[in-house]
Parts: sequence; structure tokens; C-alpha cells
Amino acid sequence: MPDYTLKINGKTTKVTADADTPLLWVLRDELDMVGTKFGCGIAQCGACTVHIDNIAVRSCSLPIATISGESITTIEGLSENGTHPVQEAWKEIDVPQCGYCQAGQMMTASAFLKENPNPTKEEIREAMHGNICRCASYNRIEKAVEVAAKNS
Amino acid sequence: MESQNNSLNFSRRNFLKTSVLAGGGMLIGFNLLNACKPNAVPPVDISKLNFTDFNAFIKISEEGYVTIFSPNPEIGQGVKTSMPMIIAEELDVAWDKVNVAQGALDTKNYQRQVAGGSQSIRFGWEALRQTGATAKQMLVNAAAAKWGVDASTCTASEGIITNSNGDTLGYGEVVKEAAGIEVPENVKLKESKDYKIIGQDIKNVDIDKIRTGKPLFGLDYKSEGMVYASVLRPPAFGKKLVSFDDSKARAVNGVIDVIRFGDKIKLLDGKIDFTRVTDKIAVIGNSTWAAMKGKKALLAEWADEAKLESTEDHDKELFKILDGNKFDTRREDGNITKAFAQADKVIEKTYESPFLPHNCMEPMNFYANVTAEKIHLVGPVQTPAWLSSLVSGMFERKPEEVHVEMTRMGGGFGRRLYSDFALEAAEISDAAKKPVKVVFSREDDMAAGTYRPAIKYRIKASLKDGKITGYHLKEAAINANMYGLIPDFFPAGCIPNYKVSTGNYQSKMTTGAWRAPYTNFLAFAEQSFFSELAEELGKDHPTLLLELLQNVKGTTDENIQYSGERMENTIKLALEKSNWGKVPEGTYQGFAAYYSHNTHVAEVADIEMKDGMPVVKNVTVAVDCGIVVNPLGAKNQVEGGVLDGIGHAMYGDFNFKDGAPQAVNFDKYRLIRMQETPQVNTFFVENDLSPTGLGEPGLPPAGGAVANAIKVATGKRLLKQPFINQLDASKSKILG
Repeated sequence: MPDYTLKINGKTTKVTADADTPLLWVLRDELDMVGTKFGCGIAQCGACTVHIDNIAVRSCSLPIATISGESITTIEGLSENGTHPVQEAWKEIDVPQCGYCQAGQMMTASAFLKENPNPTKEEIREAMHGNICRCASYNRIEKAVEVAAKNS
Repeated sequence: MESQNNSLNFSRRNFLKTSVLAGGGMLIGFNLLNACKPNAVPPVDISKLNFTDFNAFIKISEEGYVTIFSPNPEIGQGVKTSMPMIIAEELDVAWDKVNVAQGALDTKNYQRQVAGGSQSIRFGWEALRQTGATAKQMLVNAAAAKWGVDASTCTASEGIITNSNGDTLGYGEVVKEAAGIEVPENVKLKESKDYKIIGQDIKNVDIDKIRTGKPLFGLDYKSEGMVYASVLRPPAFGKKLVSFDDSKARAVNGVIDVIRFGDKIKLLDGKIDFTRVTDKIAVIGNSTWAAMKGKKALLAEWADEAKLESTEDHDKELFKILDGNKFDTRREDGNITKAFAQADKVIEKTYESPFLPHNCMEPMNFYANVTAEKIHLVGPVQTPAWLSSLVSGMFERKPEEVHVEMTRMGGGFGRRLYSDFALEAAEISDAAKKPVKVVFSREDDMAAGTYRPAIKYRIKASLKDGKITGYHLKEAAINANMYGLIPDFFPAGCIPNYKVSTGNYQSKMTTGAWRAPYTNFLAFAEQSFFSELAEELGKDHPTLLLELLQNVKGTTDENIQYSGERMENTIKLALEKSNWGKVPEGTYQGFAAYYSHNTHVAEVADIEMKDGMPVVKNVTVAVDCGIVVNPLGAKNQVEGGVLDGIGHAMYGDFNFKDGAPQAVNFDKYRLIRMQETPQVNTFFVENDLSPTGLGEPGLPPAGGAVANAIKVATGKRLLKQPFINQLDASKSKILG
């Protein structure tokens, strides 16, 4: 199996994995970074969202071999101690129910706000449409993204 | 009528025992709803919490910090926050001095360590308050003894005990003495007006772990030497394994072994009906990806062992039941035949629902390590005690050799009441002689479900002299019928001639509880029908319900759990808050009210039409769940329930063809997403009654409220779910 050098949350890490292994499973099984969640495996639910060079990407469908030197950010590295405005807003609004999808929601929201720091309600709803929350905490996700935008 | 005394079998005597912790502080072990065994002794070391003799613990440190080991599993319904709130209220400590840990590790003697039926708070209310109040009294008694004064002259608040001279002692300063004194009887509980924590907005206690991606869930659990298993199950209900070729699977990098299994689970045949008791193949790998890839490389041959059922077959069978006369009578008041014979008009409608998968965001998974010494099981399951007994049966092992640990659950919705995935993990671990984590793919999760069964309701009512004189509900369901007191829900007691009849068709499909079982669809059928009856009678739908509810007030029928008064108040609150009947042109309102899981709910949906399709903009919800323990969490539950109800009524489309589900992932199976969600505004009826649950009751009325609004907007009466197929079939498939 080939070796890959990954830059994750500012640290450089070496992993050995098959070329087709999705980044999701490298993170979870090889690197013990389990904050990134498995939901569907086909890039339809957003639970596995991470940032690759600041862009939100579905790690379940991203083979490790396609990454070469880009900077990967996971929920564990979004901020130190959960101080990113999105993470703070998630707490202020008390968004989670079961909580499983929320890392992916926050990663989508943070990448979106970087692109669009002053979004309209409609833009927020559109940006977050790709992430499923089975507990349907959507009202609070929407509100938390608004709060995060205001506090960014 | 509903009893306000929910003390159940709670006995104060010996329900609580204390010890002094070796590292300092006091440990209170207690049993909810149960007395401690006479020989039970709480440990003196916090690392040795003994959940065999106690089912929950409170630790009070010498610094006055309180750790509550929350006794119930957390599936997202908020009990890990709300149950400790109730203890902390009566213990009378400041919430910022309280830390909550998941205490529910081992499972013996748990009276109700089950998350289901929205009952955790209802059953725990009395016992949790008694626990907190008793511990507080012990601290006060200890302080009084120290001062040499009568305990009745002392008060305690926010962790500080004060005597009549104004001297104070913190809880932490008397824990050592308090741990040694006798457990008092007959402690006084607070009056609701004195609550300082109950009724406050308290944030989810796991929020920091969730928002920083800490390991919390079953899928995050790992142990030394653990391997991963991906299981190939029959591709359709009614098929069985004949043979397989695993040479390609074994050639996959990281695949360790391939095992045909099923013999141990077969020992449970007849005891379980939530999984296919049949041979399956486990591919074991050193990573999840290796196991999944290996599974895809298996070549298996299957044979039919039974008829391969399709949705058309189910439809045919259920209609055969509705059209026939083989029913069980579940409730019968008056004389329904006479009412129909004497009617001015008879109205009859049939409502249809599909199967539904649960689709918890965290796919089913479980860890098992079966060794000669013990069986260790870890993961997300709503019924740990049941699992433990099944596994001890499978391996003919003593119950005390089976240890189940619960993790936080990435959703439950009823799916994790059934432990098929854990039984699989146990059998695979035993065969592989390794600690194993079974991980379902989303496809596995949707194809090996314990589905909400397809159901059809036929409701018939008789009208005479402007009144509803008779009501006959017939249920035709796959595998099992409505349970318990559902036949005694509204409109039982409101209509003089009333009957509920049920029949079922036994299918190969595995079915089970799904959030608000039966009522999740029954409420839609019933409230659509009442909307139609109201139209027929020239009345407003809620006005008709308010009139009917007068008939159940003061009922002496003990089976009738819902309250005419409480439902009336709930409906009135919903009408007021939604501006019922006073909305601007272009907004269309629909109403539904439903009692379930001991909670009364009324909802108004506001819709607008866009490009010929209804868009749900707002839902106003009024809820009577008694005292609202944690309004912040309670609203989250209601919002989620309403959106879940709308989402599945609108889009939930799950069909079988030749025994196989036609959608197994989110590319074909549509769940509600952000842009389809209305704003949910929740209001609680204020009263001092014992709290009831909220995980489920918000859901049932939602579909009906939306359907009734669509009727107003379009003139079209929706009788079948999912609505999207009735509105515009071209839009029934996914979206980009």
C-alpha cells in the first residue's frame, strides 16, 4: 500500500492506505480523528464534510490519492477549543439534538461564511441544503449560521 | 382521566445509599423506581461505580461540585440534560456547579433504561425529585448536627446551608458527615413556584463535545485489536444464501477473514422477529473501508425461500382486509350499525401510508468482544437489558457474563430498540475470536430495517341533524396493529357510537416501532377526516373539535387518557398564536390536533403556493406537556418532531419490488432538507401538572395540518403519503 503525506489541521501526517480509500476512513480508522462522520458514503448527506484548502468537501467520496499537499481541515481543527464563530453560535443557539450530523453542518457553514460573510436567509438555506439533519434541527442551524455571520 | 400521580412503584425506603469517597466527597447511589438490594453498598472509589446494585449516582465533592451520572440513554431527546436538571433542582445546587456524565454503562436492574415512547421524564419525575430532595435533607441534617441545632431551623439553597444564626456551610463541607447518616423519610418536595432550574433554558450537556468533534457515538468507539466487519445479507426479503465465492474478497488489501454466520442467532428463532434469522456473510477487515470493499467483492448465490413480496402485493392484501370482515374489535361504544342505518349522510375515506425506514444519521453499528471470561458489547442501542438477555441466550452464558455499554446515539427513532446489529457483532466476534465492530453502510441500514409498516386506515362516519353520531375506524397493517390505549384516544368518548377494528397481514418484511408508532400516520388520517367532516357540517375544523371535546369532559372511562380540558386549552392556544383565520391573502392554513404519549398537541400549518406547489412557511405548535423541564430542549424536540412529520408525510417513499427495497441511499430516498423546512413556532400551555414526554408527540399532527392547508389552497384532498407523489409526480425524485 502506498504512503501519503497529509496536511491536516496544520500538522503533517504520514499514512499508509490503498489509493482508493476515502479520506473519511483514513481520518477515522487510521488517524483516530472521529469527529468527521460517516452518513451515506455517496456524498449525499454532508455528515463527512471537511475543508480542503478552505472549500467544503465530502470526505466519504474523496479518494486519498487525489489529495496532494492541500491543506485539510476537520472539525477537530476548525478552531482551538471550539472558539470558531460557527462553533460558538452552535452553542449559543443549542442546535444539536442527537448531534451526529452537526460536525458536517458546522464545516459546511464555516466554509460558506468564508465565501459569503454576509449572507441572506435564502443564501443560508441554499448553502445548508446539502446537509441532512435527521433530527431536523434545521430551524436552529439556520439561526446559528445567521448568528455566526453576525459575530464573524 | 390521566392520573397526576406518576409515582408508580416508587418507594422511598432504601432507594438510596451513600458512601464517603476515598478521594474525598460523597457518593449517592440510588435506584429509580426501585429499592436498593439490602446488601448493596455504593463504592468508595469513583472508578468502580456499580451499576448492578444502583442505576444512577450523584457525586458531591468537598468543593461542592456535583456530578450526576445520568441514568438514561441519550438518542437526541435531551434526557441527559433534563433528568439531571430535575435532580439538581431538588438538591438545590447552582447548575454551573453540576457536571453530567453518562452513567448508564452496565445494565442490570435498570427498571426503565429504555429510550422509547417519550416516557423517560414522565417515569423519572417523582423518583428524580425524591432523590435530589433526600440528598439535600441529608446534607442539611449533617450541617445541623455539626452546629448542634435542629435541622428544621436550617435552610439550603444553591449549595449553601444556613442556620437561624446566619451561619453557613457549603454542601462540600458536610459531605463526609452526610454520607454517614441515616437516609431520611418523607422529605418535602419544592413547589413549582420555587423552581430555579426546572423551567430554565439549559443547553445540551454534551454541546462542547459535539461541536468540537469528540468521540461520543458508537461508531467512534475503538478498542485495542479491534477489527471491522461488513455484512452481506440477503438482497431481498424471502431470499436465502446458497453459496458464495470469497476469493476476490480475500484478495482485497486489509481483508482478514470471511465468515459465514447465523447459527447462534438462529438459537433465538421464535424469540425475535426484528431481523432475518438466516445465514449471512461477514467480511472482516483491518479498516472499515477494507471490510466494505471486501463485501462488494463477494460473489454470492441466493435462492428464494418464500414469496418475494412487492408493494403491490401489500396494497392488495391490505385492501382485502379493509374490504373483508375479519377484524379484531379494539373498542366499541354504543351501536355503530344503528348509527349508520339512521344517518342523514355517511362519509367514508381510505388513507394509505408506505413503509418507512428510520435512517438514523449514524448507521447501525455495534462492538462485540466475546471471550471465555465475558461478553463485552458497546454501542448505540435503546434496549440494553433486552440485548443482554438475548446474547446470554445465544451463547448459553450467564447473564452476569454479558456487559452492555451504551454510547450516545446518532438518532434512534425506534430503530435502536432492536439489536440485530449487536447480535450480528456478537456472533462474528465469537467466530473470529476477535473484538469486532460491525458497521452498516447506508445501503445496509436502509435494506435491513425494522421498518414502519405500511398501513391503511378506512374511516367511516355518520352524520345526523348536523352532528357526528357514529365513527368507525378500520386499520389494516403489515405484521402488527396499533397497541395499548390508542383506540381510546380522541375521538373515543366524544362520539356516542364508536368502534375501532384492526386486522393485519403477516409479511416477510421486518417491521417495528418508528417514532410515534401508528399515531405517526393515524393522526394524519384522523385529522384529515375531521377536516373533511367539518367541511361537510359547514364548520371550522378546530371549532368542530372543541365542540366534540365537551363530550369527554368528566368522563368516568378510565381508559381514556387524554383530557378534554387540556386539549381544549391546547387548541385555543394554537389558534391564538397562529392568527387562525386572520392570515393575509395567499396564505392558507390547515389545522390538526392530536394527543399521544401523554402530551396534547395542536398545530397550524401556514402554506403558500409557488409554481403550483405548496410551500410550508410556518407551523405554529401549542403543546401541553405539563411542567416544561427545559424549554430550550423541549422546543428543539417539538421543532424536530414537526419537521420530521412534515418531511416523511411529504417525501417518505419506500417501496419493495420482489422483496427488495427500491431505494437504499439518499440519492433515491428523499429526506426533508433545509430549503423545504418551515419556521416552527412552539408555545407551551402553562400549568403545574407532572411533565410528560416530547420526543414523539410533536410529530403526529404535522402531516395532517399540512394536508388540510393544501386542501384549502388547492381544493385537493390528500389521502395518501407521500404527498409529493399526489401533488406532482415529476417532482417526486431528488433534486440536485
